[in-house]
Order: sequence, then structure tokens, then C-alpha cells
Amino acid sequence: MKGFYPIFKRELLAYFRSPVAYVFIIIFLAANAGCTFFLGNFYNSQQASLEIFFLFHPWLYLFLIPAVGMRLWAEERRTGTGELLLTFPVRLTTTVFAKFFAAWFFIGISLLLTFPMFLTVHFLGSPDNGPIITGYLGSFLMAGSYLAIASCTSALTKNQVISFILSVNICLVLVLLGWGVLSDSLNAVFPVWISDLVSQFSFTTHFDAIRRGVVDLRDIIYFVSIIVIVLILNVVVLESHKAS
Amino acid sequence: MIRVHALSKNFNNFTAVDQVSFEVKRGEVLGFLGPNGAGKSTTMKMLTCFIPPSSGTAEICGFSILDDPLQVRAQIGYLPESAPSYDEMLVGEFLSFVAEIRGYGGKELRRRVSIVIEMTALGEVKEQLIETLSKGFRQRTSLAQALLHDPPVLILDEPTDGLDPNQKHEVRSLIQSISEERTILISTHILEEVEAVCTRAMIISAGKVVGYGTPDELMSQSLYRNSVTVSINGADPTQLLKDFNELDFVYSVERIPEKRQELVTMRLFPKNKESIALQLEQFLFAKKIPIEQFNVNRGRLDEVFRELTTAG
Repeated sequence: MKGFYPIFKRELLAYFRSPVAYVFIIIFLAANAGCTFFLGNFYNSQQASLEIFFLFHPWLYLFLIPAVGMRLWAEERRTGTGELLLTFPVRLTTTVFAKFFAAWFFIGISLLLTFPMFLTVHFLGSPDNGPIITGYLGSFLMAGSYLAIASCTSALTKNQVISFILSVNICLVLVLLGWGVLSDSLNAVFPVWISDLVSQFSFTTHFDAIRRGVVDLRDIIYFVSIIVIVLILNVVVLESHKAS
Repeated sequence: MIRVHALSKNFNNFTAVDQVSFEVKRGEVLGFLGPNGAGKSTTMKMLTCFIPPSSGTAEICGFSILDDPLQVRAQIGYLPESAPSYDEMLVGEFLSFVAEIRGYGGKELRRRVSIVIEMTALGEVKEQLIETLSKGFRQRTSLAQALLHDPPVLILDEPTDGLDPNQKHEVRSLIQSISEERTILISTHILEEVEAVCTRAMIISAGKVVGYGTPDELMSQSLYRNSVTVSINGADPTQLLKDFNELDFVYSVERIPEKRQELVTMRLFPKNKESIALQLEQFLFAKKIPIEQFNVNRGRLDEVFRELTTAG
């Protein structure tokens, strides 16, 4: 893992050196609050829990995470710094993971900045902290999966817009696979196990369990393996790009 | 040292580099010449293990680019074309980042960074954003980055591109001053640069090596090799032309138009490109012809370059 830390550090610094980081954090927090209070009718739910807050995360991440990940490789290619970065004596896998973890860390910071939500529910009532903690953990893991996909599509092009659109679409499919409407219509035509199988591939299916406070190892394995597999794919994409 | 063996690179159906072989020893500076798109940068990218070759191989300090890319990269200081660096970083920060990646830390890191800042005269912009640097400083920042780990091999892709004449001179002096202990491969299409810094030059065209030798050897292929240009004040051009043509060591004579009316300038081409300066001088002296200017041409690299890269 030689070279991991300096690349991680530089990447993280790059976020905070540009206005992107601050704009992102503000939009992230505003969107979270907006969804929870207005779309989710947080006060009317009469519940001291963050369930509604987490409910919207798969949809919020759909647009916000690709916005963080789209520059990861596309920018390096556009400015030519990729040539410098990839000719340092560091393994490509290390570089890919270091850049990914920097972006993930940045998202983690944004997520932690939603702590006023945590304070609010504690002020309003006495919530069960278990589902809140697992909710945060699950949300962070899910964000990692979105980000891995964004990182991979970013390696495909030097155009950030294309990278963004590609990853939004891929993530959208992975969200929709677990959508109730889809499984209902599948059930009407096929046996139940088919819609079950399809929904097993979805972000929402696995996240729903975690945010309710049920930590199943399989859900964690799902997110971690999406991250690892997609990042390995990311390495392959970069390798094949260099070859042609 | 660099040893390249039958290196080739195909992009789909296009052959960018075709069976290129050469060797650069320690202490040598090889100038890599060729028109744009001839395959210079592609070759360099293969040597730095940025892109894999389609066939053939190369060794850097004994490490194969195919089997040992990490060791190869550790031996090389690389300045990619157009000197990319991270715009949002400060110069000093960027150099520290590269030093850290190269495995240095603490005191040693600071020492190395300050050495290269000194070498490339970056002191005044150390605390400046790379984004705000002029082209010259940018290029030098990139060069500094390549020198951080005191590499035995330097691969520099157009290191003086976009610099003003003073900056070019500085970069060349820098390259010369560090060349003794190192193996340097430097690509350029500025021909004067080859004469100024390179011990050897290689010309490639459409991916193939078309010329190789010391700059002098290459220049000896020029039509102008050892031709002499003489300017004489107030001479009779017809008489002079006749006199020169009668000389047995002269192959041909041509008159070069001058802005000053009274000045007559002739270029004399020797037989077999031999040196005729001494004989000609004796002749002019004997004839008591007062010389205003007397120039021996070693040959023109640009002409050889054109000849080799446009043939076929």
C-alpha cells in the first residue's frame, strides 16, 4: 500500500481547495433537511427517530454522489496529471483505492455534518440510538457503493458531464430494482422468487434493513463487495484505456 | 542506463512506434527528434510504463518495463509533455507530495524539496498556487518534481517547450550540469537544443528510427557541411564568381543576396564536403581580397532533419 497516504491526502485537499466541497456540503445538508421536513413530514410522523431522514438517502445520493465522484479520474485525464500520477512507483490498485477513500472520507464528513438532525430527535424525544447508528453506518456504506460506480464511470471519459450522467443512470437502475412498484409488477407475471432475486441486487433493499436497525452481515457484505468489485473494474478500465 | 529493444506500439491499425531500438549510457544525453506525431512521446510513455508496448521491450537500469514496472518508475524522473501538475496546490506542497509518494518523510523530505527548489530557482514562487504560475515556472516545477529522488535516469518530454530564450538557456544549463552522473533522454523539436545539450541524437519519423549519431555526425550529412560563406566589401561579383569557380577544391558557388548594395556574399560548396577554410583563406590572402565576413558551416541540422523525415 506504499503511496496510499500521500495520494489520499492530496485528493482530499483538492476537494477543500475548490469551491466544489463547500457547495456540495451546503446542498447536501439543505437537501437532507428539505427531504426530511417537507417531503417526509418529519413533525407529523410524531416519531423520535431518524427513519424518515434515512428514507430519502438512496434518492439523494443518486445525484449527489456522482457529483462528488465524477471528477476523480476524468479531471486527471483532462489536465494530464494522470500521466504523472500513474508513472509514480505506486501500484494502480493503490492509487484507485486511495482516490476512492479520499472522496468517501469527504462524503463521510458531509454525513457527519447532519448531526443537528441527531440533536433534534434527542431534543424532541428519546429515540432508540441503535437504528440511528446503524442508519448512519448503512448510509455511509451505501454512499461508498454509489461512489465506487461514479469513480469507475469517471475513468471511462475525460468529460465530467458524461461521467455524471453514466453513473446516475447505473445507480438509478440499482435503486429501482428494489422499488416496490417494480417488484409488484414482476410478481404479477413471474414467480415470487424472481422479484426477490432482482431486488437482492438493489441498494434500497439492503439499506432498508440496516436503517431499521437490523444489521445483517449479508447487507454489509453486499455493499462492501459492490465497492471492491467496481473498484477492481475501475482498475481494469484504466489499464485498458492506457493500452489503447 | 536505458536499453530499448524492438519496441513497437500499435493503436488499432495505426503504428505509432515501429521496432525502435537504441541505447543510452550513463553520462549520455540522447536527443530524441522528430516531427509532431512521430512517436516520441509514445516511446517515452512506454519507457515510463504509462502505456504497455504492443511488442518489444526495454530495460531501465536493468529492470524490464514489462516485468518490473514499479522498479523502473523508481529509477526514472519523468517530465511529461506540457508539464502537468495539480493546479490547486502550492508549489512547495506539490513537491512535498511527490517526495512523499517517492517514499521520503520528515527531514529528508524537506531537504530534498529545498534542494530541487534551489536547483530550479523556484524559491520566489514556493508559496504560490500552481494555477497562477507563468509557463516558465510551471515547466520548472515539473522539472523539479522529476529531480526530487535524484534519479539515475531522466526522461524529459519537451522540457523547454514554451519557455523564453533566457529560460531555455537556464533549463539547458541545468540539464548539462546534472548530466554527468545520469542517463538522460530528452525529446524536442528545437534543433539548436540538440547541438547545445545532447551527446547523441536520434531522429524518428512515422515511428521509425531514420537517423542516429552525434549531432556532428548528423550534421555531416548536410549539403551545407563545410560550405564557406564569404562577404567582401565592394568586390566585382562576376569576377569573384569566376575566380571562385576556378578553384580546384570548390565544387560550386552561389551568390547570396545582401541588403547592403556594396556587400558581395558568396557561398562556396567544397568537393566531397571536405574542409576548405584554410585553402580558401590562403587564396583570398594571396589575392589581397579584404574579407568582411568569413563563415564555415558545420552543416545544418534542420536540413538533415527535413531530408530524413520527409523522405518517402
